[in-house]
Amino acid sequence: MARQEKKKDVVIVGLGWTGAIAGIELAQDGLEIVALERGPDQSTVPNFKYPNQIDELKYGVRLKMMQKLSQQTVTVRRNEDETARPYRKLGSFLPGNGVGGAGTHWNGLNWRPMPEELKLKSYVIENWGEDIIAEDMTIGDYPVSYDELEPYFTQFEKVAGISGYAGNLNGEIREGGNPFEGWRSEDFPMPPLPRTWDSQKFHDACIASGYHPFPAPAGIASTAYVNPYGMQMGPCNFCGFCERYGCYQYSKSSPQTTILDALKRKPNFSYRTHCEVLRVEMAEDGKTATGVTYFDEEAQEEVFQPADLVILSSYQLNNVHLMLVSGIGEPYNPATGKGVTGKNYAYQMNGGISMFFEDDNFNPFVGHGANGTCIDDFAINQIDFGEEGFIGGAYWRSGTFNGQPIRNMPLPKGTPAWGAGWKEGIGRWYGHAMSIGSHGSNLAYANNYLDLDPNYTDRHGRPLMRMTFDWHDNDLRMNQFMKSKMEPLAKSMNPDIMQVGFKGPGAHYDVRPYQTTHNTGGHIMSETPQEGVVNRYCQAWDKHNVFVMGAGNFVQNTQYNPTGLLGGLAYWTVQAIRTQYLPNPRPLV
Amino acid sequence: MTDIPGLPSRRSFLKGSAAGVALSALATSASAEKAEAPVSLEDYKREFLNDAEWAFVMAATARLIPSEGDGPGAIEARVPVFIDRQLAGDYGSAEDWYMEGPHDASASPQLGWQTPLTPAEVYRQAIPAFDAWCSKTHGDVFAGLAASQQDEALTALQNGDVELQPEVRDFFSILLANTKEGYFADPMYGGNHGMQSWVYIGFPGARAAFREWPERHNIKYPLGPVSISGERA
Repeated sequence: MARQEKKKDVVIVGLGWTGAIAGIELAQDGLEIVALERGPDQSTVPNFKYPNQIDELKYGVRLKMMQKLSQQTVTVRRNEDETARPYRKLGSFLPGNGVGGAGTHWNGLNWRPMPEELKLKSYVIENWGEDIIAEDMTIGDYPVSYDELEPYFTQFEKVAGISGYAGNLNGEIREGGNPFEGWRSEDFPMPPLPRTWDSQKFHDACIASGYHPFPAPAGIASTAYVNPYGMQMGPCNFCGFCERYGCYQYSKSSPQTTILDALKRKPNFSYRTHCEVLRVEMAEDGKTATGVTYFDEEAQEEVFQPADLVILSSYQLNNVHLMLVSGIGEPYNPATGKGVTGKNYAYQMNGGISMFFEDDNFNPFVGHGANGTCIDDFAINQIDFGEEGFIGGAYWRSGTFNGQPIRNMPLPKGTPAWGAGWKEGIGRWYGHAMSIGSHGSNLAYANNYLDLDPNYTDRHGRPLMRMTFDWHDNDLRMNQFMKSKMEPLAKSMNPDIMQVGFKGPGAHYDVRPYQTTHNTGGHIMSETPQEGVVNRYCQAWDKHNVFVMGAGNFVQNTQYNPTGLLGGLAYWTVQAIRTQYLPNPRPLV
Repeated sequence: MTDIPGLPSRRSFLKGSAAGVALSALATSASAEKAEAPVSLEDYKREFLNDAEWAFVMAATARLIPSEGDGPGAIEARVPVFIDRQLAGDYGSAEDWYMEGPHDASASPQLGWQTPLTPAEVYRQAIPAFDAWCSKTHGDVFAGLAASQQDEALTALQNGDVELQPEVRDFFSILLANTKEGYFADPMYGGNHGMQSWVYIGFPGARAAFREWPERHNIKYPLGPVSISGERA
């Protein structure tokens, strides 16, 4: 029988971005809060300190900050005829591990969604009619609008310390910003970072082509900064070690740099590490949760933590898994379209062009994860879907990041993969290549979903979660559209050699190469309990004291990196808990 | 540049290489701590690889990144030491990976690592299988072949022309990845000896401070690398 801990007002499952936000905001109401974290504790010092963190092999290649798949993983298949096999070795996506979660090792690209993306189904129907939505495409509207979320995007950006330049300030379009973005009530908390040579070249080519370049919105400090919690950040020195690393000098937005030290000072907040939550426990009436059961690694035993309010804020895949094994929401069944938990799993469709300039020096190690210049001229709200034959869009970016040689050694096509030719190639081309990336939407489909695997279990005997996912023609057509637009731009820059990498018709999902850690959906928000797992306040429809954070709430993925949207949604949710739920606990919709 | 003790035949390559000359020019201002000469590859005390495996790894990495031309080869960079240590450690034993059965080693390659074997076990099983193929096809184990025959054999392995059990079908790509890792990783892992691979391509290693550099457009960064332990080159 499980040991029982003293009851708390709130238990938080997972201490990354959204768990830290829930903790610090709810702590203001005097609630007794405990956060449970599967992985180890992590702080800038000693865990990310210089020079130990500047280790490409350990962190970039052996991925020592990431989830240990031996502890927790999923199985993957591309379609229902295939037998799903475990994701045994990290590749395509990299969930984080430990305090700070994926917020410690991200690149820092902090985007808001476009207003149109949050009402995608209505936007498509109003402009082109329902007929252009394929039968198996399960896109919808978010049950919350951009205007409602705007104050919360702003709040998250102030906390996280985002650098950039507003292109739409209260409706005024400003040159040098993104003219196609949703309105901002305030400019970015910090000005943009300086431009590296590759992004300068890209910027100039975009201007010459009539596009609208702007600095990437960066969770990277451009100046000294103090956030609303009194946390201090220092300006980035372009060390180049962002993605897959913790920031050694307090420049990258993370729970460590922006929330955790302030949170740890709250006397009514505590956290326990190496505590893996196994399931949410339910009351006999089935309408509420009573707390969670976790495995205490140190004591090697199961522990029951009772609480009045349960906040699931682990990574999207782990949230959905917990809900499936705990019976939160009816599991989604693709054959009938009924059920909700596991529905609308989505990912990201990316492509790009590498360009080689023998006489240019790009110093690829000088950079940061959110470095560069972007354009949104091919964004979701800029494309005629009826004319082009797909629904979706992408932003483009060029800027040095991750210029470390084990993982980042672009070589012209035809260069041998080994031998004298390879060695000659690396000497000739390292530092002389730049790229433009296209980061695009991936919509929701009836047969891309998550459920429990029938064959594989974790070390606690729980079934692994099974991911059924493959690329769909709609998104591949979007990607080919981006290729057709990017090639002429790249050519206009006159590279000595260029090579194009965009998935096209017939491409299947491959778990081996890294793509993005932008796994979304599975516990989606909805207007009604028949369509999704949580309501517009990210409250479980069928368990009113369970609130769920993160990108699992996304109805379909956007064309952007997910952190800005999930950060805004976290503040929106916490505000609803504080002002509506705590005074009168009940279903809020 | 330091000679590789135990491998006198390589010395002429190094001394004569253009990279060697360029490097010492670069290094003059920054050269500070000189790493102690390491034990020779012949006398190196191995942690995982047996004699036959060591002979194979020495010979194979020497062809994957040869000593000829500019820049160090895998042998000068001491890549075999790196591979031996990695296989003896938690990478070799797949400690972080999900290794529970059932296994389907013949699954679509796009589903990723599905062999029941750890990386260390893949080396252990694949090397004798490949050596047997080399003996049958070329008349000797891989390490005993001439360089041109070794290149042919590696090309066959790369192209899937060497019949291997599905459990070890990815051996070539693992070997090549580990070789490049050893070439470019921080020297504390046993390879990238003297940071000469970083010097060769112009990567500054663990410097990680470029505050004044983003807007120095199209100017080559001038400083040589530092390692995590503070070594300079």
